[in-house]
Amino acid sequence: MNRLIRWLLLLLLLAALPARAQDFDALVSGLAGGFAQQAEAVERLGSLGDPRALPLLRALSESRLMRAEGGGVRVAPNGATPSGPEVIRINNRVRVALRGALGRLQLVSPDPAERLVAADGLLRARSAEDIPLLETALARESVPRIRDRMDLALGAARLGSSDPAVRREGVAALGATASPEARAVLLSALGTDEELAPAVDAAVAAIDRRLALRHAAETAFQGLSLGSVLLLAALGLAVTFGVMGVINMAHGEFVMLGAYTTVVVQEALRASPTLAPWSLPLAIPAAFLVTAAVGAAMERGLIRHLYGRPLETLLLTFGVGMVLQQVVRLVFGAQNREVISPPWMQGTLALPFDVTVTQNRAWIILFSLAVLACTFAAMRLTRFGLEMRAVVQNRRIAATMGIRTGRVDALTFAFGSGIAGLAGVALSQIDNVSPNLGTGYIIDSFMVVVFGGVGSLLGTLIGAFTLGVMNKLLEPWAGAVLAKVAVLVGIMLFIQRRPKGLFALKGRAAES
Amino acid sequence: MNLRISRRAALLGLGTLPLATPAFAQGAPIKVGVLHSLSGTMAISETALRDTVLMMLEWQNSQGGIGGRRLEAVVVDPASNWPLFAEKARELLQVHRVDVSFGCWTSVSRKSVLPVYEELNGLLFYPVQYEGEEESRNIFYTGAAPNQQAIPAVEYLLGPDGGEAQRIVLLGTDYVYPRTTNRILRGFLNSKGITNADIMEEYTPFGHSDWQGIVARVKRFAGEGKKTAIVSTINGDANVPFYRELGNQGIKAEDIPCVAFSVGEEELAGIDTRPLVGHLAAWNYFMSVDAPANRDFVGMWRNYIKNPRRVTNDPMEATLIGFKMWAQAVAKAGTTSVDAVRTAMIGQKVAAPSGYESEMKANHHLTKPVMIGEIQADGQFSIVSKTPTAIAAENWSPFIPENANRRRG
Repeated sequence: MNRLIRWLLLLLLLAALPARAQDFDALVSGLAGGFAQQAEAVERLGSLGDPRALPLLRALSESRLMRAEGGGVRVAPNGATPSGPEVIRINNRVRVALRGALGRLQLVSPDPAERLVAADGLLRARSAEDIPLLETALARESVPRIRDRMDLALGAARLGSSDPAVRREGVAALGATASPEARAVLLSALGTDEELAPAVDAAVAAIDRRLALRHAAETAFQGLSLGSVLLLAALGLAVTFGVMGVINMAHGEFVMLGAYTTVVVQEALRASPTLAPWSLPLAIPAAFLVTAAVGAAMERGLIRHLYGRPLETLLLTFGVGMVLQQVVRLVFGAQNREVISPPWMQGTLALPFDVTVTQNRAWIILFSLAVLACTFAAMRLTRFGLEMRAVVQNRRIAATMGIRTGRVDALTFAFGSGIAGLAGVALSQIDNVSPNLGTGYIIDSFMVVVFGGVGSLLGTLIGAFTLGVMNKLLEPWAGAVLAKVAVLVGIMLFIQRRPKGLFALKGRAAES
Repeated sequence: MNLRISRRAALLGLGTLPLATPAFAQGAPIKVGVLHSLSGTMAISETALRDTVLMMLEWQNSQGGIGGRRLEAVVVDPASNWPLFAEKARELLQVHRVDVSFGCWTSVSRKSVLPVYEELNGLLFYPVQYEGEEESRNIFYTGAAPNQQAIPAVEYLLGPDGGEAQRIVLLGTDYVYPRTTNRILRGFLNSKGITNADIMEEYTPFGHSDWQGIVARVKRFAGEGKKTAIVSTINGDANVPFYRELGNQGIKAEDIPCVAFSVGEEELAGIDTRPLVGHLAAWNYFMSVDAPANRDFVGMWRNYIKNPRRVTNDPMEATLIGFKMWAQAVAKAGTTSVDAVRTAMIGQKVAAPSGYESEMKANHHLTKPVMIGEIQADGQFSIVSKTPTAIAAENWSPFIPENANRRRG
C-alpha cells in the first residue's frame, strides 16, 4: 500500500512537469562535461524529478558512470570499480550538487537509510523549491530519526523562501532544535536578512543553551579519553615502579612492543577470513604474554642484580629501552606500520542527547577500565597478589613464611610489563606504530604515577583522569602545546606541596 | 679510503688552475651525499626520497656515469633530529667530501644545515615545497615556493570549484614552515577581504596523535554559518591520526574541505582513504598525471624498488628534477667544482614527469606547474585544477613586508 502511494506520488510529480525528453538527454550528456557544466546538469536533473536520473546520478557519485562512445554515458554495474579515462570524474562542487539532487530524488525512496541521506542532502541544499516536496514527505514519514532530519531540512528550506512569514516559520522551527547544523543555517541567514535578525539571534541563543551541555559532555569525553590513554600507559608503571620501586625507563618500549605484537598478529591472521576480524581481541593476550616474557627476562637477567640502587637501575633500563628500539627498527624497519581498525572501532557513536563520541576512543576508555579492574583483582584477590603485597611490605618476614621472594619479584615485573603491552594494543589504534612510540608516553606515565601517589592503583586512576580532563579543558584556551606545558607546571607545584602525590601508601617504596 | 681522499685533495688543489674536461678521465668517483631522515617522525616521508636519489644514481651509472666518472652514494641518517642534521651535513662535507648532497624535508632541518653548506661551500638540493623567504647560493630549491603551491591552493578554495570558502582554519605543526606559510596566507586572505575573525590558527607538536579536541573545535568554528575550509600544514606522521580523526568525526569534503601541503601519495599509503574522498592536496606533480615522462618515472621507480604497488609523489619528482639538472650542469661545466656547477645550473631545463618543462632560474628556484588534486578512494589524487604553464617561483613573498625589498625584478 505504502509503496503504491510512493509510486503515485512520483507519477504526480512527473505529470506536473511538462514533457522534457530532449531536455533530459541534453542534461545527461552534460554529466560528462567540465566540472561547472556537470554541477549545473546535476542540479537541473535533480529539480526535473525524472526517476530515470536517479541511477545515473547515483552512478556518478560512486564513480561508476562512464563516457560511452558517441557522446552519451553508460552505467557500470553496481559494485564495480571501473578505471581508466572513460570513468567520469567529479569534484567537490559536483559532489555538493549531487547531494542536493539525490536528496530530491530519494526522498520518497522505500529504503529508510536512503531517505535519511536524502533529508541530509536537502538540509545542506537549503532551497525554497524543496518546501512542497519536504512537506509531503514529512506527512508520510514514520521513522522519528528521519522526521527530525526532515524537520530540520524543511526549516532550512523555509529560510530560503521569499515570503517573510514563511522565513519566520523556518526560524521558529530551527530554533526549537538542539542541532549545531540548525545553528549554522540560522547564522548564515543572519547576514542576508536584516529584518529577521532579532528572531534569529533569539533562536541561536536558545540552541546555544541546549548545546552548552552537549559541549561540556564532549569535552569531558575527550578528557576521559586522554585520561584512559594515560591510565593504560601508567598502569604497568604503577606496578613496576609503584609497587616494586624499580625505575623502569624501558617502560615505553614495552608499550611499543605491545603495539608491534598487534601488528604481527594482524599480519599473521590477515589471510584467514574467519580469524582476521578478531585479530585485535586476539592480539590482547599475545601482547600481554610477549611483553611479560621480555619483562621477566629483563628482571631475572639484569634488574635483580641492581635492587636498591635506583640510579644504576635507571641507567640500565634506559639503555635496555634504546636497545629494544633499535632491535625493533632493525626487524620491522624505521617506517610506521599500518594497523587496521576493525569496523566496530570506526566512526562515531551517538549517545543520548545527541552527544557523539568516536568509537575507537570509547572502546579504549572501556578497555582501560577493564585492565584496571583486572589489575586490581590480580593484586587483591589472588594468591600471587597476596604474596606480592607481602614481599612489598616486608621481604624478610615474607621469606620466612615460605614465599619465594625472587620468583615473586620476577612475576610482579612480568605482570607490570604485560600491562604495558596491553597499553600498546590500545595505542596502536590511535597513534602511529613506530619504534619511537614509547618515548612519547614514558614522561606522561611517570607523571601520572607520581601525581597519583606511588604505589596506589586508585591514585593512578584518579591521577590519569584528572590530568586528561585538565589538559582538555586548557587546550581550547592555550592550544595543544601550551596546555601540556601548563599541566606539567601544575604538577611541579603540586609535588612541592604533596611530595607523595594524591594517595600516599606505606610499604617498601614509601620507606626508601 | 685515505688514498682516495688525498687524490681528491690534490684535485681540489688543481681546481684553481684552468682545468680541461679530461680531468674526468682521472676516474675518481663522484660522491653524492644523501641527507634524509631514515628514522623518527619524518621517516614516513623521507625514506622514499633516499631511495629516489639511489635510483637516479644507479640510472646515471648505467648511462656511464657523468663524463666517464662513476657516481657513489654516501647515505647518512639524521634521524628527524634537527641539530643532528647540521652534524651529519658537516660529516658529509668534511669527512666524506661529497661533491653534492640531496636532502632535508622540514624547513627546520634545512635552516639547521644552511650555515654548514655556506661555510664549507657545499651544494645542497632541497626537494620539498617550503615557505620561501630564503635564498642561498649553496642551495638549489627544487620544491615549490608559496606562490607555486599555498597561495593557488587557497585561491582555489575561495573560488567556485573549491566551494567559495569564507572562513579558513590554518592547522599546522609547530615549526618554521607552517608558521611562515600561515603568515603569508593570512596576509593573502586579508587582501581577499577575509578578516582575522574568520581565520582560526592552531599548532601542534611533531608526532601529535590526540586530534579529537582540535577537530571538534574546527567543527564548531565551521558551524558559525559561513562556508569553512581547512588548510593543513601538518607534517610527518601526525597526519595519519589527523585524517583518521577527520574520518571518524565524519567531516566530509563537501562540508569542510581540507587542503594539505605536505600530504602526498606516500603519506596516504598508510591510511584508509575512503572516508577522505574529496579532501585536497596541492602539489606540482601527482602520480596520476597522464604524461609519457610520468609513465617512465613510475615504471622506473617500481622496477627499482621491486614493488609494483609503490607510489611516487611530488618531492620524489622534485628530487629527480634536481638530480637530472645537477648531472646536466656537471656535464656542462666539465667539473664537479661547486662554483662552476652553480653557474652551469642556471637555465638548465628538464622535461619533468609532471608533463611540463621545468627551468632553473637565477633565484635558485624552478618554474613549476601548480596542480590541485582530490583524494580518491584508492589513495591516488584526481587532478581537478592545474595551471596552463609552469610558473616562476616568488621566494620572497609580497605578503611578508620586511623582506619585500629583497625581491628580484
